[in-house]
Amino acid sequence: MKRCIRVAMALTMVLAAAGAAGCTKERTGGDTAPAASASASISSGGETKPTGRAKVGLVTKTDSNPFFVTLREAARAEAAKLGADFVALAGKFDGDNDGQVTAIENLVQQGVTTILITPNSSTGVLGAIKKARDKQVLVIALDTETDPPSAVDATFATDNTAAGRHQGAYVKAAVGAKQPEVIMLDGTPGSSVDTQRHTGFLQGIGMADGDAHIRGRQSVNGDQNKAQQSMENLLQRSPKINAVYTLNEPTARGANVALKAKGLAASVVVGSIDGGCQGVQDVKDGKYAVTVMQFPKKMAELGVDAAVEFAKSGKKPSGFQDTGSMVITDKPMQGVESKDTAWGLENCWK
Amino acid sequence: MGTGKLLEVRLERDRGGVLEFVLRTPGVGPALALVVAIVVFSLTTSTFLAMDNLSLVAEQSLVVATMALGQTLVILTAGIDLANAATTVLATLLMSKLALSEGAGFGALIAGFALAAAIGGIAGTLVTRVKLPPFIVTLGLLTIVTAVGRIYSRGQSVRVTDPVLGFLGTRQFLFGRIEITYGMPLALGMFVLIWYALTRTAWGRHVYAIGNEPEAARLSGIHVPRTVLSVYLLAGLVYGVAAWQALGRVPNADPNAYQTGNLDSITAVVLGGTSLFGGRGSVFGTLVGALIVAVLRSGLTQAGIDDLYQDVATGVLVIAAVAVDRFSRTTRQR
Repeated sequence: MKRCIRVAMALTMVLAAAGAAGCTKERTGGDTAPAASASASISSGGETKPTGRAKVGLVTKTDSNPFFVTLREAARAEAAKLGADFVALAGKFDGDNDGQVTAIENLVQQGVTTILITPNSSTGVLGAIKKARDKQVLVIALDTETDPPSAVDATFATDNTAAGRHQGAYVKAAVGAKQPEVIMLDGTPGSSVDTQRHTGFLQGIGMADGDAHIRGRQSVNGDQNKAQQSMENLLQRSPKINAVYTLNEPTARGANVALKAKGLAASVVVGSIDGGCQGVQDVKDGKYAVTVMQFPKKMAELGVDAAVEFAKSGKKPSGFQDTGSMVITDKPMQGVESKDTAWGLENCWK
Repeated sequence: MGTGKLLEVRLERDRGGVLEFVLRTPGVGPALALVVAIVVFSLTTSTFLAMDNLSLVAEQSLVVATMALGQTLVILTAGIDLANAATTVLATLLMSKLALSEGAGFGALIAGFALAAAIGGIAGTLVTRVKLPPFIVTLGLLTIVTAVGRIYSRGQSVRVTDPVLGFLGTRQFLFGRIEITYGMPLALGMFVLIWYALTRTAWGRHVYAIGNEPEAARLSGIHVPRTVLSVYLLAGLVYGVAAWQALGRVPNADPNAYQTGNLDSITAVVLGGTSLFGGRGSVFGTLVGALIVAVLRSGLTQAGIDDLYQDVATGVLVIAAVAVDRFSRTTRQR
């Protein structure tokens, strides 16, 4: 008796799962494409021939971060517009290389023609990427470069060093004639984005790592609570600062709360990077002076466009394509190109 | 309930016919579920049933399956191990950092195994000598071991080039079509070995007896603390092997990897029909449980289902599996 029930339950579960599979199968672009088969045909030799119809797989770092949500939705919309199939997968958390490798393998198995990936680690997923490329799948890195960059066909990303440089240049101009005394709130140690933005900022403000005027630095992993706590502690030690570098906007918000509590919010220039809509709103509200916007929608659209072109003509993109960054502030500084928050709110990502 | 359960334990020990064994082995139900899942996905998608995909699914489940093997041992003693994935990650970091100099791969491997076993030993000692609940001990160790990994690696991931450390990821074709990695036979061998130890040796009988009723086990002359300590040590060693498997799959030791590995391994154990209340279950059930998760993920992906819905499906299965365990328990006690 209990065996029967156990088996029946197991059966029900699996069937329910498979039933759901049948109903919600994702096919953007739908039935309009004529004879073109739904996916690229994989001949026995493992070669993919252009069938004219692109099947695009996107692998993001996580599927909850708003940046990646924007990237995914933009890619989905572009794919729908161009009549391409679209599948989105993700790792479970930053650093989930195994999850990304699994996602790549499963996409290849599904017969995608192109994989767009924001790699978790610049080296961790290279093996899986190579296997995909060996099967003639076009692989494009979005947002984050691989190491070496030649591990993928092309990279569409923000030049994070340049973005950091813009932030540093603005902060230097805003501090004015005084000597900048800086606190740096970094991201996750070892992440390439963190390193590039940090380096860029120092170039922009004209300092070197280890400069005596860097009054404190801490890694806060892009976490607002951690940022606030670190800022409180660092301010305790060195209250005479006039500039703050933050890796991203949640970090800048945390810094702002700590500065306000000390009555320093007006006298310290806080700079940030990202370009999320909340970040732009923060700049508008005066929580920090500046943010540098990047453009995930553009990355996604360029990626999908390249995938569609590849399926049509077999032409592959190559190299690094900078999707740009823009300084957003309501207090423009001489010599630093910028846009105001009204423009920012129109172009930000959610 | 006490005497009823004791009687039940004795009954279970005294029987032992082949049919009884098959019926009472918790792995059978999950195995059927696995077969059904494979059949369903083979029928509903065009890409699931291919030799290369089936080998891929096996490969994808290896690391979690190995971590779940150690987890099974601990859960059989009515414990739980929240620190297993953290231990695995720390071992990958130690191995890859030690193997930075040429030819150091083998020594690095042994050091990684030793470290993982030592962490298991610490957990076991705290559980048996200081008599702390396994949940608390391994929760504390999870935090400590994760932090030590980040301190030791300075938060940086370490690339692995040493052939010894990457060995388990080496691929071979069998019969020209089935692609396997060296990690697969190793994992299978470990499952067989531990299955043998659990079912064919006095040690194994003691482990089950302790999980069922530690007091009864003590009264019948089993040295409970020593046996439990050996379980944690062995589990630690298994996590060391999981670290080796992980480096074969992703040749990059990352301090942030496998953050949900402890829960993933518990999922595999539970889906495999091993009771979280201890004393009942099998390592082959766990292997099947790990495969079910990988099959679901692969099959649902081929079918075009979003990641998050896949997580929902897995969660529903876990709850259902425990409900079945509960149900079969109460019917047997009636």
